Amino acid sequence: MIKIKNRSLVSITDYTKDEILRILDIAEGFEEDQRQKILRDYVIATLFFEPSTRTRLSFESAVQYLGGSIVGFASPDVTSVTKGETLKDTILTVSNYSDLIVMRNPMDGSARYASEVSPVPIINAGDGANQHPTQCLLDLYSIRKTQGSLDNIHIAMVGDLKYGRTVHSLVQALSLWNTTFHFVSPESLKMPSSVKTWVKKAGLEYHQYTDFMEVMPKADILYMTRIQGERFPDPLEYEKVKNAYVLDNSMLETSKDNLRILHPLPRVNELNEDVDGNPKAYYFQQAKNGVYVRQALIAAILGLK
Amino acid sequence: MNTKRTELKVSAIRNGTVIDHIPSENVFQVFKILNLDNTSRQVYFGTNLDSKKYGKKGIIKISNKYFENEEISKIAIVAPTATIIEIKDYDVTKKGKVTLPENINNIVKCFNPKCVTNHQNVPTSFRVIEDHKGKMKLLCKYCEKTMGQENIEFL
Ligand SMILES: [Zn+2]
Repeated sequence: MIKIKNRSLVSITDYTKDEILRILDIAEGFEEDQRQKILRDYVIATLFFEPSTRTRLSFESAVQYLGGSIVGFASPDVTSVTKGETLKDTILTVSNYSDLIVMRNPMDGSARYASEVSPVPIINAGDGANQHPTQCLLDLYSIRKTQGSLDNIHIAMVGDLKYGRTVHSLVQALSLWNTTFHFVSPESLKMPSSVKTWVKKAGLEYHQYTDFMEVMPKADILYMTRIQGERFPDPLEYEKVKNAYVLDNSMLETSKDNLRILHPLPRVNELNEDVDGNPKAYYFQQAKNGVYVRQALIAAILGLK
Repeated sequence: MNTKRTELKVSAIRNGTVIDHIPSENVFQVFKILNLDNTSRQVYFGTNLDSKKYGKKGIIKISNKYFENEEISKIAIVAPTATIIEIKDYDVTKKGKVTLPENINNIVKCFNPKCVTNHQNVPTSFRVIEDHKGKMKLLCKYCEKTMGQENIEFL
Protein backbone atom coordinates (compact mmCIF):
# COMPACT_ATOMS: atom_id res chain seq x y z
CA MET A 1 0.00 0.00 0.00
CA ILE A 2 1.40 3.32 -1.03
CA LYS A 3 0.17 6.27 0.98
CA ILE A 4 1.96 9.47 0.13
CA LYS A 5 -0.93 11.81 -0.72
CA ASN A 6 -1.73 14.38 1.97
CA ARG A 7 0.81 12.89 4.35
CA SER A 8 3.66 14.84 5.93
CA LEU A 9 7.23 13.63 5.49
CA VAL A 10 9.17 14.17 8.71
CA SER A 11 11.64 11.30 8.83
CA ILE A 12 12.78 8.94 6.08
CA THR A 13 11.54 6.04 8.23
CA ASP A 14 7.98 7.37 7.75
CA TYR A 15 8.16 5.84 4.27
CA THR A 16 8.16 2.18 3.29
CA LYS A 17 10.52 0.82 0.66
CA ASP A 18 7.74 1.00 -1.95
CA GLU A 19 6.93 4.59 -1.06
CA ILE A 20 10.59 5.57 -1.41
CA LEU A 21 10.77 3.81 -4.78
CA ARG A 22 7.59 5.57 -5.93
CA ILE A 23 9.15 8.97 -5.21
CA LEU A 24 12.36 8.00 -7.03
CA ASP A 25 10.35 6.82 -10.06
CA ILE A 26 8.37 10.06 -10.20
CA ALA A 27 11.65 12.00 -9.86
CA GLU A 28 12.99 10.19 -12.91
CA GLY A 29 10.04 11.50 -14.86
CA PHE A 30 10.99 15.03 -13.83
CA GLU A 31 14.58 14.47 -14.86
CA GLU A 32 13.31 13.62 -18.35
CA ASP A 33 10.81 16.46 -18.46
CA GLN A 34 11.39 19.00 -15.74
CA ARG A 35 9.00 21.80 -16.73
CA GLN A 36 5.56 20.37 -16.06
CA LYS A 37 3.30 23.17 -14.87
CA ILE A 38 1.10 21.01 -12.69
CA LEU A 39 1.33 23.32 -9.67
CA ARG A 40 -0.15 26.38 -11.38
CA ASP A 41 -3.02 26.78 -8.92
CA TYR A 42 -1.01 25.94 -5.84
CA VAL A 43 0.82 27.92 -3.17
CA ILE A 44 3.72 26.36 -1.30
CA ALA A 45 5.06 27.90 1.91
CA THR A 46 8.77 27.74 2.71
CA LEU A 47 9.33 28.56 6.37
CA PHE A 48 13.01 28.74 7.22
CA PHE A 49 13.39 29.39 10.94
CA GLU A 50 17.12 29.22 10.36
CA PRO A 51 18.83 30.12 7.12
CA SER A 52 19.83 27.31 4.76
CA THR A 53 20.18 28.92 1.38
CA ARG A 54 21.06 25.75 -0.50
CA THR A 55 18.07 23.73 0.70
CA ARG A 56 15.66 26.63 0.32
CA LEU A 57 16.77 27.41 -3.23
CA SER A 58 16.44 23.76 -4.18
CA PHE A 59 12.86 23.59 -2.87
CA GLU A 60 11.91 26.95 -4.40
CA SER A 61 13.40 25.97 -7.73
CA ALA A 62 11.38 22.73 -7.61
CA VAL A 63 8.17 24.71 -7.01
CA GLN A 64 8.99 27.21 -9.78
CA TYR A 65 9.68 24.49 -12.35
CA LEU A 66 6.25 23.10 -11.52
CA GLY A 67 4.65 26.51 -12.01
CA GLY A 68 3.63 26.98 -8.37
CA SER A 69 3.81 30.09 -6.19
CA ILE A 70 5.84 30.53 -3.03
CA VAL A 71 5.19 32.38 0.20
CA GLY A 72 7.37 32.30 3.28
CA PHE A 73 10.53 33.56 4.89
CA ALA A 74 14.22 32.78 4.59
CA SER A 75 15.17 33.57 8.17
CA PRO A 76 13.10 34.38 11.25
CA ASP A 77 14.41 37.90 11.96
CA VAL A 78 11.74 39.75 9.99
CA THR A 79 8.76 37.72 11.15
CA SER A 80 6.46 37.48 14.13
CA VAL A 81 8.55 34.49 15.24
CA THR A 82 11.04 36.88 16.76
CA LYS A 83 8.15 38.50 18.63
CA GLY A 84 7.68 35.22 20.45
CA GLU A 85 4.88 33.63 18.45
CA THR A 86 4.63 29.90 19.11
CA LEU A 87 5.46 27.42 16.37
CA LYS A 88 1.90 26.14 16.52
CA ASP A 89 0.46 29.60 15.85
CA THR A 90 2.84 30.22 12.96
CA ILE A 91 1.94 26.89 11.39
CA LEU A 92 -1.80 27.36 11.87
CA THR A 93 -1.61 30.83 10.35
CA VAL A 94 0.52 29.89 7.37
CA SER A 95 -1.60 26.82 6.64
CA ASN A 96 -4.39 29.28 5.78
CA TYR A 97 -2.23 30.70 3.01
CA SER A 98 -0.78 27.54 1.46
CA ASP A 99 -1.40 23.97 0.32
CA LEU A 100 1.82 22.55 1.72
CA ILE A 101 4.51 23.77 4.11
CA VAL A 102 8.22 23.16 3.71
CA MET A 103 9.83 23.87 7.07
CA ARG A 104 13.35 24.12 8.41
CA ASN A 105 13.69 24.74 12.13
CA PRO A 106 16.64 24.48 14.53
CA MET A 107 14.65 22.61 17.21
CA ASP A 108 14.95 18.82 17.16
CA GLY A 109 11.52 17.29 16.71
CA SER A 110 9.89 20.54 15.55
CA ALA A 111 8.83 18.95 12.26
CA ARG A 112 6.98 16.07 13.94
CA TYR A 113 5.22 18.58 16.17
CA ALA A 114 4.36 20.82 13.22
CA SER A 115 2.93 17.83 11.34
CA GLU A 116 0.65 17.09 14.29
CA VAL A 117 -0.81 20.58 14.49
CA SER A 118 -0.89 21.45 10.80
CA PRO A 119 -4.01 20.92 8.67
CA VAL A 120 -1.81 20.87 5.53
CA PRO A 121 1.09 18.45 4.92
CA ILE A 122 4.57 19.37 6.15
CA ILE A 123 7.82 18.50 4.43
CA ASN A 124 10.72 18.53 6.86
CA ALA A 125 13.63 20.45 5.36
CA GLY A 126 15.76 19.79 8.45
CA ASP A 127 14.80 19.87 12.13
CA GLY A 128 17.94 20.69 14.06
CA ALA A 129 20.28 17.72 14.34
CA ASN A 130 17.44 15.28 13.78
CA GLN A 131 16.16 14.56 10.25
CA HIS A 132 16.47 15.85 6.71
CA PRO A 133 14.56 13.31 4.64
CA THR A 134 14.77 15.02 1.24
CA GLN A 135 18.59 14.89 1.48
CA CYS A 136 18.22 11.17 2.04
CA LEU A 137 15.87 10.76 -0.93
CA LEU A 138 18.22 12.61 -3.25
CA ASP A 139 21.12 10.47 -2.04
CA LEU A 140 19.12 7.33 -2.80
CA TYR A 141 18.17 8.72 -6.20
CA SER A 142 21.83 9.43 -6.96
CA ILE A 143 22.94 5.96 -5.90
CA ARG A 144 20.28 4.25 -7.99
CA LYS A 145 20.98 6.52 -10.95
CA THR A 146 24.73 5.83 -10.96
CA GLN A 147 24.66 2.14 -10.04
CA GLY A 148 21.50 1.07 -11.85
CA SER A 149 19.90 -0.34 -8.69
CA LEU A 150 19.87 0.04 -4.93
CA ASP A 151 20.58 -3.65 -4.37
CA ASN A 152 23.99 -5.08 -3.46
CA ILE A 153 25.74 -1.74 -3.10
CA HIS A 154 28.98 -1.38 -1.13
CA ILE A 155 28.89 2.08 0.34
CA ALA A 156 31.82 3.68 2.13
CA MET A 157 30.90 6.55 4.45
CA VAL A 158 33.82 8.76 5.36
CA GLY A 159 34.45 11.47 7.95
CA ASP A 160 32.25 12.50 10.86
CA LEU A 161 29.99 9.48 11.31
CA LYS A 162 29.15 10.29 14.91
CA TYR A 163 27.29 13.58 14.48
CA GLY A 164 26.48 13.51 10.76
CA ARG A 165 22.72 13.19 10.54
CA THR A 166 22.78 12.65 6.77
CA VAL A 167 24.79 9.45 7.11
CA HIS A 168 22.56 8.16 9.90
CA SER A 169 19.39 8.58 7.82
CA LEU A 170 21.08 7.13 4.78
CA VAL A 171 22.11 4.02 6.72
CA GLN A 172 18.52 3.59 7.94
CA ALA A 173 17.13 3.95 4.44
CA LEU A 174 19.72 1.73 2.73
CA SER A 175 19.05 -0.98 5.31
CA LEU A 176 15.85 -1.64 3.34
CA TRP A 177 18.07 -2.99 0.55
CA ASN A 178 20.88 -5.52 0.55
CA THR A 179 23.65 -3.05 1.33
CA THR A 180 27.15 -3.58 2.72
CA PHE A 181 28.37 -0.67 4.82
CA HIS A 182 31.98 0.48 5.22
CA PHE A 183 32.41 3.10 7.94
CA VAL A 184 35.61 5.14 7.75
CA SER A 185 36.27 7.64 10.54
CA PRO A 186 38.67 8.71 13.25
CA GLU A 187 38.28 6.75 16.48
CA SER A 188 36.48 9.66 18.19
CA LEU A 189 33.88 10.10 15.42
CA LYS A 190 32.79 6.49 14.88
CA MET A 191 29.26 5.51 13.89
CA PRO A 192 27.04 5.43 17.03
CA SER A 193 26.03 2.02 18.31
CA SER A 194 22.33 2.79 17.78
CA VAL A 195 22.95 3.08 14.04
CA LYS A 196 25.06 -0.07 13.97
CA THR A 197 22.29 -1.92 15.82
CA TRP A 198 19.94 -0.85 13.06
CA VAL A 199 22.24 -2.44 10.46
CA LYS A 200 22.54 -5.66 12.46
CA LYS A 201 18.78 -5.89 12.97
CA ALA A 202 18.34 -5.66 9.22
CA GLY A 203 20.67 -8.68 8.91
CA LEU A 204 23.31 -6.65 7.05
CA GLU A 205 27.07 -6.34 7.35
CA TYR A 206 29.17 -3.37 8.33
CA HIS A 207 32.93 -2.91 8.59
CA GLN A 208 34.81 -0.15 10.38
CA TYR A 209 38.10 1.43 9.36
CA THR A 210 40.32 4.23 10.45
CA ASP A 211 42.48 3.92 7.32
CA PHE A 212 40.79 5.60 4.38
CA MET A 213 42.77 3.80 1.66
CA GLU A 214 41.74 0.35 2.84
CA VAL A 215 38.20 0.89 1.65
CA MET A 216 39.04 2.34 -1.76
CA PRO A 217 39.03 -0.87 -3.88
CA LYS A 218 35.80 -2.13 -2.28
CA ALA A 219 33.38 0.76 -2.65
CA ASP A 220 30.71 1.44 -5.28
CA ILE A 221 29.75 4.69 -3.55
CA LEU A 222 32.08 6.94 -1.58
CA TYR A 223 29.99 9.18 0.65
CA MET A 224 32.16 12.00 1.96
CA THR A 225 31.22 14.24 4.93
CA ARG A 226 32.73 17.24 6.66
CA ILE A 227 34.76 16.88 9.82
CA GLN A 228 34.08 19.98 11.92
CA GLY A 229 36.69 21.24 14.34
CA GLU A 230 34.09 22.24 16.94
CA ARG A 231 33.14 18.56 17.38
CA PHE A 232 36.45 17.87 19.09
CA PRO A 233 36.88 18.62 22.78
CA ASP A 234 40.64 18.58 22.21
CA PRO A 235 41.94 20.80 19.37
CA LEU A 236 45.10 18.66 19.14
CA GLU A 237 42.99 15.63 18.34
CA TYR A 238 41.34 17.58 15.50
CA GLU A 239 44.72 18.63 14.09
CA LYS A 240 45.73 14.98 14.03
CA VAL A 241 42.74 13.70 12.09
CA LYS A 242 41.60 16.60 9.93
CA ASN A 243 43.85 15.73 7.00
CA ALA A 244 43.51 11.96 7.27
CA TYR A 245 40.09 12.01 5.60
CA VAL A 246 40.73 14.34 2.69
CA LEU A 247 40.16 12.86 -0.74
CA ASP A 248 42.40 13.84 -3.63
CA ASN A 249 42.45 12.57 -7.18
CA SER A 250 45.54 10.35 -6.86
CA MET A 251 43.81 8.31 -4.14
CA LEU A 252 41.15 7.17 -6.60
CA GLU A 253 43.59 5.06 -8.66
CA THR A 254 42.71 1.80 -6.93
CA SER A 255 38.96 2.45 -6.96
CA LYS A 256 36.42 0.56 -9.06
CA ASP A 257 35.30 1.96 -12.43
CA ASN A 258 31.72 2.28 -11.28
CA LEU A 259 32.66 4.21 -8.11
CA ARG A 260 30.90 7.53 -7.70
CA ILE A 261 31.67 10.16 -5.08
CA LEU A 262 28.80 11.80 -3.20
CA HIS A 263 28.85 14.67 -0.72
CA PRO A 264 25.89 16.54 0.83
CA LEU A 265 27.71 19.89 0.22
CA PRO A 266 28.93 22.43 1.06
CA ARG A 267 32.42 21.00 1.27
CA VAL A 268 35.23 22.51 3.30
CA ASN A 269 38.54 20.85 2.51
CA GLU A 270 37.67 17.13 2.57
CA LEU A 271 37.26 17.00 -1.21
CA ASN A 272 40.25 18.35 -3.03
CA GLU A 273 39.28 20.42 -6.07
CA ASP A 274 41.41 18.18 -8.29
CA VAL A 275 38.71 15.51 -7.83
CA ASP A 276 36.11 17.71 -9.56
CA GLY A 277 37.39 16.86 -13.05
CA ASN A 278 37.33 13.11 -12.41
CA PRO A 279 34.29 11.41 -14.01
CA LYS A 280 33.75 9.66 -10.68
CA ALA A 281 32.89 12.99 -9.01
CA TYR A 282 29.10 13.15 -8.81
CA TYR A 283 28.36 15.69 -6.07
CA PHE A 284 27.18 18.56 -8.24
CA GLN A 285 24.89 16.29 -10.22
CA GLN A 286 23.72 14.95 -6.85
CA ALA A 287 22.64 18.47 -5.84
CA LYS A 288 20.81 18.81 -9.16
CA ASN A 289 18.99 15.53 -8.47
CA GLY A 290 17.70 17.19 -5.32
CA VAL A 291 15.43 19.41 -7.42
CA TYR A 292 13.88 16.42 -9.28
CA VAL A 293 13.33 14.59 -6.02
CA ARG A 294 11.70 17.61 -4.37
CA GLN A 295 9.48 18.14 -7.42
CA ALA A 296 8.43 14.51 -7.15
CA LEU A 297 7.74 14.71 -3.44
CA ILE A 298 5.65 17.88 -3.65
CA ALA A 299 3.67 16.54 -6.63
CA ALA A 300 3.04 13.18 -4.94
CA ILE A 301 1.97 14.68 -1.61
CA LEU A 302 -0.46 17.01 -3.38
CA GLY A 303 -1.82 14.02 -5.29
CA LEU A 304 -0.75 15.37 -8.66
CA LYS A 305 1.46 12.40 -9.60
CA MET B 1 14.56 -16.79 54.59
CA ASN B 2 15.23 -13.40 53.11
CA THR B 3 11.67 -12.23 53.43
CA LYS B 4 11.72 -12.89 57.14
CA ARG B 5 14.89 -10.90 57.63
CA THR B 6 13.40 -8.06 55.64
CA GLU B 7 10.30 -8.09 57.79
CA LEU B 8 12.48 -7.74 60.84
CA LYS B 9 14.25 -4.70 59.52
CA VAL B 10 11.24 -2.83 58.16
CA SER B 11 8.07 -2.69 60.22
CA ALA B 12 4.90 -4.27 58.90
CA ILE B 13 1.99 -2.04 57.94
CA ARG B 14 -1.67 -2.73 58.52
CA ASN B 15 -3.08 -1.13 55.38
CA GLY B 16 -1.21 0.25 52.42
CA THR B 17 1.33 -0.64 49.79
CA VAL B 18 4.74 -2.27 49.88
CA ILE B 19 7.09 -1.59 47.01
CA ASP B 20 9.60 -4.42 47.12
CA HIS B 21 12.65 -5.37 45.03
CA ILE B 22 13.65 -1.81 44.25
CA PRO B 23 17.28 -1.59 43.12
CA SER B 24 18.98 -0.23 46.27
CA GLU B 25 20.47 2.77 44.52
CA ASN B 26 17.05 3.86 43.22
CA VAL B 27 15.12 3.91 46.49
CA PHE B 28 15.44 7.64 46.87
CA GLN B 29 14.44 8.20 43.26
CA VAL B 30 11.24 6.24 43.87
CA PHE B 31 10.74 8.31 46.99
CA LYS B 32 11.04 11.47 45.00
CA ILE B 33 8.78 10.58 42.07
CA LEU B 34 6.01 9.46 44.43
CA ASN B 35 6.46 12.67 46.37
CA LEU B 36 6.86 10.69 49.60
CA ASP B 37 9.00 13.36 51.22
CA ASN B 38 5.87 15.53 51.41
CA THR B 39 3.36 12.98 52.60
CA SER B 40 1.70 12.95 55.99
CA ARG B 41 1.33 9.16 55.84
CA GLN B 42 3.62 6.77 57.67
CA VAL B 43 6.43 5.65 55.40
CA TYR B 44 9.08 3.05 56.19
CA PHE B 45 11.97 2.25 53.96
CA GLY B 46 15.12 0.20 53.82
CA THR B 47 18.07 -0.02 51.48
CA ASN B 48 20.85 -2.55 50.99
CA LEU B 49 18.70 -5.40 52.24
CA ASP B 50 19.80 -8.85 51.11
CA SER B 51 17.91 -10.28 48.20
CA LYS B 52 18.41 -13.72 46.68
CA LYS B 53 17.55 -12.50 43.20
CA TYR B 54 19.12 -9.06 43.06
CA GLY B 55 21.95 -9.07 45.57
CA LYS B 56 20.95 -5.87 47.36
CA LYS B 57 17.48 -4.43 47.26
CA GLY B 58 15.42 -1.62 48.66
CA ILE B 59 11.91 -1.60 50.03
CA ILE B 60 9.35 1.11 50.75
CA LYS B 61 6.15 0.70 52.77
CA ILE B 62 3.46 3.36 52.72
CA SER B 63 0.50 3.25 55.06
CA ASN B 64 -3.02 3.84 53.79
CA LYS B 65 -2.02 4.44 50.21
CA TYR B 66 -2.79 2.50 47.00
CA PHE B 67 -1.26 3.57 43.71
CA GLU B 68 -2.90 4.50 40.42
CA ASN B 69 -1.63 3.11 37.10
CA GLU B 70 0.16 6.30 36.22
CA GLU B 71 2.13 6.21 39.46
CA ILE B 72 2.97 2.55 38.88
CA SER B 73 4.32 3.48 35.41
CA LYS B 74 6.56 6.01 37.08
CA ILE B 75 7.84 3.39 39.51
CA ALA B 76 8.47 1.00 36.61
CA ILE B 77 10.67 3.56 34.87
CA VAL B 78 13.10 3.95 37.78
CA ALA B 79 12.66 0.49 39.30
CA PRO B 80 11.74 -1.98 36.56
CA THR B 81 12.30 -4.95 38.92
CA ALA B 82 9.93 -3.70 41.62
CA THR B 83 6.99 -5.64 43.00
CA ILE B 84 3.87 -3.86 44.24
CA ILE B 85 2.14 -5.52 47.17
CA GLU B 86 -1.16 -4.22 48.48
CA ILE B 87 -1.92 -4.90 52.12
CA LYS B 88 -5.29 -4.84 53.82
CA ASP B 89 -5.49 -5.62 57.52
CA TYR B 90 -2.00 -7.17 57.46
CA ASP B 91 -2.98 -9.51 54.61
CA VAL B 92 -1.62 -9.39 51.11
CA THR B 93 -4.59 -8.66 48.85
CA LYS B 94 -2.73 -8.04 45.60
CA LYS B 95 0.82 -8.66 44.44
CA GLY B 96 2.39 -8.09 41.07
CA LYS B 97 5.49 -6.92 39.27
CA VAL B 98 5.42 -3.43 37.85
CA THR B 99 5.07 -3.37 34.09
CA LEU B 100 6.33 -0.75 31.75
CA PRO B 101 3.72 0.74 29.46
CA GLU B 102 4.45 0.89 25.71
CA ASN B 103 4.32 4.66 25.76
CA ILE B 104 5.06 7.18 28.45
CA ASN B 105 3.17 10.39 27.93
CA ASN B 106 3.75 13.64 29.74
CA ILE B 107 5.53 12.12 32.75
CA VAL B 108 9.22 12.59 31.98
CA LYS B 109 11.23 15.39 30.45
CA CYS B 110 13.29 14.91 27.26
CA PHE B 111 17.00 15.09 28.13
CA ASN B 112 17.84 16.71 24.79
CA PRO B 113 18.05 20.47 25.45
CA LYS B 114 17.36 21.16 21.77
CA CYS B 115 14.17 19.07 21.73
CA VAL B 116 11.01 20.96 20.76
CA THR B 117 9.32 19.70 23.94
CA ASN B 118 11.75 21.81 25.98
CA HIS B 119 10.95 25.00 24.04
CA GLN B 120 7.27 24.89 23.09
CA ASN B 121 4.19 23.85 24.97
CA VAL B 122 4.26 20.24 23.72
CA PRO B 123 3.43 17.28 26.00
CA THR B 124 6.32 14.81 25.92
CA SER B 125 5.83 11.33 24.52
CA PHE B 126 8.25 8.42 24.60
CA ARG B 127 8.20 4.87 23.34
CA VAL B 128 9.68 2.33 25.75
CA ILE B 129 12.32 0.27 23.94
CA GLU B 130 15.25 -2.00 24.76
CA ASP B 131 18.79 -1.40 23.53
CA HIS B 132 21.06 -4.17 22.22
CA LYS B 133 22.03 -5.05 25.80
CA GLY B 134 18.39 -5.43 26.85
CA LYS B 135 18.40 -2.20 28.86
CA MET B 136 15.31 -0.03 28.98
CA LYS B 137 15.48 3.16 26.93
CA LEU B 138 12.98 5.88 26.16
CA LEU B 139 12.71 7.01 22.55
CA CYS B 140 11.41 10.56 22.18
CA LYS B 141 8.60 10.76 19.62
CA TYR B 142 9.77 14.23 18.60
CA CYS B 143 13.56 14.52 18.54
CA GLU B 144 14.00 10.72 18.06
CA LYS B 145 16.78 10.61 20.67
CA THR B 146 16.92 7.75 23.13
CA MET B 147 17.71 8.23 26.78
CA GLY B 148 18.64 5.74 29.45
CA GLN B 149 17.57 5.58 33.04
CA GLU B 150 20.43 7.79 34.14
CA ASN B 151 18.98 10.72 32.16
CA ILE B 152 15.41 10.45 33.31
CA GLU B 153 13.94 13.51 34.97
CA PHE B 154 10.26 13.72 35.85
CA LEU B 155 8.11 16.67 34.85
ZN1 LIG C 1 13.02 14.85 22.58
